[in-house]
Amino acid sequence: MLTALLIMAAIALVLGAALGFASIRFKVVGDPLVEKIDAILPQTQCGQCGYPGCKPYAQAIANGEADINQCPPGGEEGIRKLADLLGREFKPLSEEFGVEKPKAVARIDEQTCIGCTLCIQACPVDAIVGAAKQMHTVVEPLCTGCELCVAPCPVDCITMEPVAETVETWKWKYPVIEIRKRA
Amino acid sequence: MTKRLHRFKGGVDLDYHKAESAGVPIRSAPLPPRLIVPLRQNARSVAHGIVTAGEHVLKGQRIGEAEGVLGTAVHAPTSGTVIEVTEHPMAHPSGLDTHCVVIEPDGDERWVALEPLDHRSIDRQSALNRLREAGVVGLGGAAFPSHVKLGSGTGVDTVVINGAECEPWITCDDRLMRERADQILAGAAILSDLIGAKRVLVGIEDNKPEAIAAMRAAAAAQAAPIEIVAIPTVYPAGGEKQLIRVLTGIEIPHGRLGTDFGVQCFNVGTAAAVHRAFALGEPLVSRIVTLAGNVERPGNYEVLIGTPVASLLELAEPRADTDRYILGGPMMGFALPDLSVPVIKGTNCVLSASPTLFPRSKPPLPCIRCGECARACPAELQPFELYWFAHSRNFGKAQEYHLFDCIECGCCSYVCPSHIPLVDYYRYAKSEIWARERETRAADGARERFEFRNFRQEREKAEKAAKLAAKAAETKAKLAQTETAPAPAPTEAAPQSEDDAKRALIAAALERAKQQKAAAKPKNTEDLSAATLAEIAEIEARRKALGLSEGDAGDVRPALPTLPGPTTAATPPAPPGGDPEPLAREDRP
Ligand code: SF4
Ligand code: SF4
Ligand code: SF4
Ligand code: SF4
Repeated sequence: MLTALLIMAAIALVLGAALGFASIRFKVVGDPLVEKIDAILPQTQCGQCGYPGCKPYAQAIANGEADINQCPPGGEEGIRKLADLLGREFKPLSEEFGVEKPKAVARIDEQTCIGCTLCIQACPVDAIVGAAKQMHTVVEPLCTGCELCVAPCPVDCITMEPVAETVETWKWKYPVIEIRKRA
Repeated sequence: MTKRLHRFKGGVDLDYHKAESAGVPIRSAPLPPRLIVPLRQNARSVAHGIVTAGEHVLKGQRIGEAEGVLGTAVHAPTSGTVIEVTEHPMAHPSGLDTHCVVIEPDGDERWVALEPLDHRSIDRQSALNRLREAGVVGLGGAAFPSHVKLGSGTGVDTVVINGAECEPWITCDDRLMRERADQILAGAAILSDLIGAKRVLVGIEDNKPEAIAAMRAAAAAQAAPIEIVAIPTVYPAGGEKQLIRVLTGIEIPHGRLGTDFGVQCFNVGTAAAVHRAFALGEPLVSRIVTLAGNVERPGNYEVLIGTPVASLLELAEPRADTDRYILGGPMMGFALPDLSVPVIKGTNCVLSASPTLFPRSKPPLPCIRCGECARACPAELQPFELYWFAHSRNFGKAQEYHLFDCIECGCCSYVCPSHIPLVDYYRYAKSEIWARERETRAADGARERFEFRNFRQEREKAEKAAKLAAKAAETKAKLAQTETAPAPAPTEAAPQSEDDAKRALIAAALERAKQQKAAAKPKNTEDLSAATLAEIAEIEARRKALGLSEGDAGDVRPALPTLPGPTTAATPPAPPGGDPEPLAREDRP
């Protein structure tokens, strides 16, 4: 009886030690769920979701504080992916946070720009180059279209221009024949 | 030739319609009034334009510099004047605009000075560079730069020259082999030298006996080990992997390339262009285009790059019931969105289509899972599964089923009893997947820059705080030194915390201001004239009469005596135009 107890206690100790060691040795750094959610978010960093960037929103979703339908730039597609990842029901984008728009990039009217640097400070992804009292310009491939630079400009010289399709970015359309069939 | 041939799985038998256009020798297409040369020759790369409107160019003069890994140079197809560099629709299913150089020919066809070069006299890299500078790309349709193909992979021992030309109606390679077999073989020898291959295999479908005979005759005259192989006519025997399979028996698995197995494949037209680039020094400025289908005069033409399709069609005289034009063959080509688009290096055929000759596909029915498509697929895929995933936009799954191994040959759509436009779904799925990859890359970049920006802002904040702290410490040390000075305020409360230091600083500043003010005297009260003195006296008298004393002159601000702090209370009445508060503020560090 006693030996049995002792043996069991010994096994428990050994296993406990092994588990404890494993939990320290193989500790998962960071929250993998937040990373996964963040990977789906469009990284526009526009704050329309009500959080100061995509990562905080990802954190909020992971903590169950925010819903999955608050990111307008991600659109339906993004919500669908989030729903898939989190095993939740798809729901349409909440109007409260904005509407899905075609992708646009900021353009600075270089004649009007007074070089105040306010837009540089507003841009979350460093897509604007310029210096005080010098003309500023948007590096188009880097612009995420978050519109955060538009409001701060004191002379209203920043406009959002829709991105034109090029031969490189053109996509084959979903076969239209489907529509004909169902009509 | 008793070469043992292999077979690829799948494929279909088609009505080839080769005789219509194959009978007539290659003719030169007349100079069109305008040549529109796109600086972009495929979807992946654009040359950098180096000419401006008004400039005169010679035939073969470079007008676009090669840019990027996949870039090749672009040349003027004839001599003439550059009218403009503008946006013009391109021969692409999208019909979207791209940068084009518009040239008005002067009719002289004057070449630039050409420099023939022996590829054996220079090293491999310079030879590849010459191909890049001569703008040589694959003429089979994909327009992939030849120098990149030659540069990829080592240990290639077999060069396969593709003369299969398996698409119906197209005969440009057939005519080329009949008429310019020696050029093709010379080019093949150069390609084989450059890649270090030991043997050259030329695969030609056996429905082109004249081409095979011409090539064999030319090969017999050559010393190089070139083997001409007649292969069975099965669509798509001209697919790269299929041709390699037939000729060598090598089965290239998913995600691998021919070079991994020591085989590289080039089109016959490409071989001829390589020969011309070295032996004649000619850049690639023209190609052979088949005009066929619903036309009166089908045939093959040597066409300058940049010739508008519309002016080319005049030569073939399309019949009245033509309802659309197809660029490429009926299996893999696409309907032209616009007839003003120019011929580019990958344009092998312009087909006129009529409802009787090329009936529009019937409305699709649901997939019945008959498996016909899987039996026909030369890439050994499961087209109905791919269709199902592409249809439901399940792209991850489509990729798992090797969507990107699909060569878009169209066999599956051709055999499908339900008339499902399967290839359209695959093209759609592929471009969606590419777009997503682009988006992911952009998002990753944005995330990185956002994180770096946050890091930088933090760092700047820390740096600023450190600088301020250093400065505060400095002033504190100075203050400690001047403790014996007659400033009463700082001595009262010796600064202990950072706040105290600040307060001490302010107090010291106020003290300084006070002293300055005390030292300052009204400057306009000396050496006054008698008249002015009298005036002042008069004013003073009036003020007295009104009951105002000199001390509280204009002192309607009751705030002054109640200002906080012991120092301000002791401030003497301010001289006109100044009060102690703003001065102190100005002095504050
Ligand atoms: S709305 Fe979307 S893109 Fe904008 S910050 Fe929030 S998660 Fe990022
Ligand atoms: S340039 Fe303007 S719109 Fe573009 S990313 Fe920066 S702040 Fe956003
Ligand atoms: S051939 Fe057509 S109907 Fe038959 S399995 Fe393939 S897609 Fe379905
Ligand atoms: S188009 Fe693609 S899926 Fe269809 S038969 Fe050809 S390779 Fe196979």
